[in-house]
Amino acid sequence: MLNAEDRARFEQLVLPHLDAAFNLAVWILSSRTDAEDVTQDAMLRAFRFFEGFHGGDVRAWLLQIVRNTCYTWLEKNRRMKMTDQFDEELHMQSSATPESIAIAGDDHERLTQALQTIPPRFREVIVLRELQGCSYKEIAAIASIPLGTVMSSLSRARRQLHSALAKRATGADTHEL
Amino acid sequence: MSCDLEYSVVHSYFDGELSAIRAAEFKHHLAHCSGCMDQFATLSSLRGSLKYARLYETAPASLRLKIRWDLQSAGPTPSWSLPLAWRGLAGAIGVFLVVLILWRVIPGVRKEEDYQAEFAAEIVDAHLRSLLPGQITNVNSTDPETVKAWFARQVKFAFPVRDFATDGFALQGGRVDIVQGRTVAALVYRNREQVFNVFIWRARESDGSAHTGTRQGYQWIDWRKDSLEFCTVSEAAPSDLERLHRLLSE
Repeated sequence: MLNAEDRARFEQLVLPHLDAAFNLAVWILSSRTDAEDVTQDAMLRAFRFFEGFHGGDVRAWLLQIVRNTCYTWLEKNRRMKMTDQFDEELHMQSSATPESIAIAGDDHERLTQALQTIPPRFREVIVLRELQGCSYKEIAAIASIPLGTVMSSLSRARRQLHSALAKRATGADTHEL
Repeated sequence: MSCDLEYSVVHSYFDGELSAIRAAEFKHHLAHCSGCMDQFATLSSLRGSLKYARLYETAPASLRLKIRWDLQSAGPTPSWSLPLAWRGLAGAIGVFLVVLILWRVIPGVRKEEDYQAEFAAEIVDAHLRSLLPGQITNVNSTDPETVKAWFARQVKFAFPVRDFATDGFALQGGRVDIVQGRTVAALVYRNREQVFNVFIWRARESDGSAHTGTRQGYQWIDWRKDSLEFCTVSEAAPSDLERLHRLLSE
């Protein structure tokens, strides 16, 4: 059972990573509202498991819990296809909609939309690497995948993101012409 | 120029994940391989765009608050303090009484316990939301007439607005809030350092008896009068809350 001392230690060690936890949840779930609920749940779980944490990379430890909580939530609530296949057809179509062309000017919107088109499992490695600055080793620990898979996922994820952005840019050009 | 290297090597180099020796080798390779150079440039520009787009989502203050409460309530207490035990007991009795009363008043409703827990949670949440900076009042006035006139434009029901500054509860103003999907009026009073929210909405039943409860260290009293339901909530001692309840019921 955790005592007051554990709680103080938890607040001191784990709570500072709340932003990182929330950010990861937002990007896996594609929703701030859902991310709030899931992060809250994950934090409580982390607190319960805190006894099992014996030093090391606390952020990676927390993000692993957050990630697992996110996927459990997704399976339960959305039953979404977490396919590892990048659907070229789909993204060709989606990139050509007038909405996507209209937002092409805004960087935040443009990048957000492009990130949303890639599957969560690829999106999360981009978020962990580019937004959270995690090392490959940390990503491997968080996502429970081998180091080699981190490398291949990351290169595929970047390729997909780049192509999603490129298509949007092309769409905008076509529109202007 | 063709390149035999695996695509992910460029990424590993770009991410600073190659060993010193391999990094030096690759750096040399990069100078001569336009294909890898292009990829490297693409990666840099992608990183630049991601950084520039400010995609990092920070946790809202309300989430931080919620988690702190979770920790407080999840924190087991080997040294169970008496006040805490009392609070728990008072809460349990309060909820039990409310459930019991509602069970009799609204026959056919079977989920009163859930409803009460949800009600208490929403009331306390609304109270806490109001304590966030800049949220407490939409109309900021100690003059009852001003506050009353403002509410007349905001909500479809009328209720008395009074200042009890002489009794220690100074009117601060009011705002419109949402509790359980209903639009409610909220009057704000201050007694010393404590903030009191009084939520008011049109009652479904006219029942005079007051219910009290406590949740996360916040107390609430709920009562109905003249087809309006009132619920006052605060962190203050139950006796202070009861004083405000009496003043409002007069």
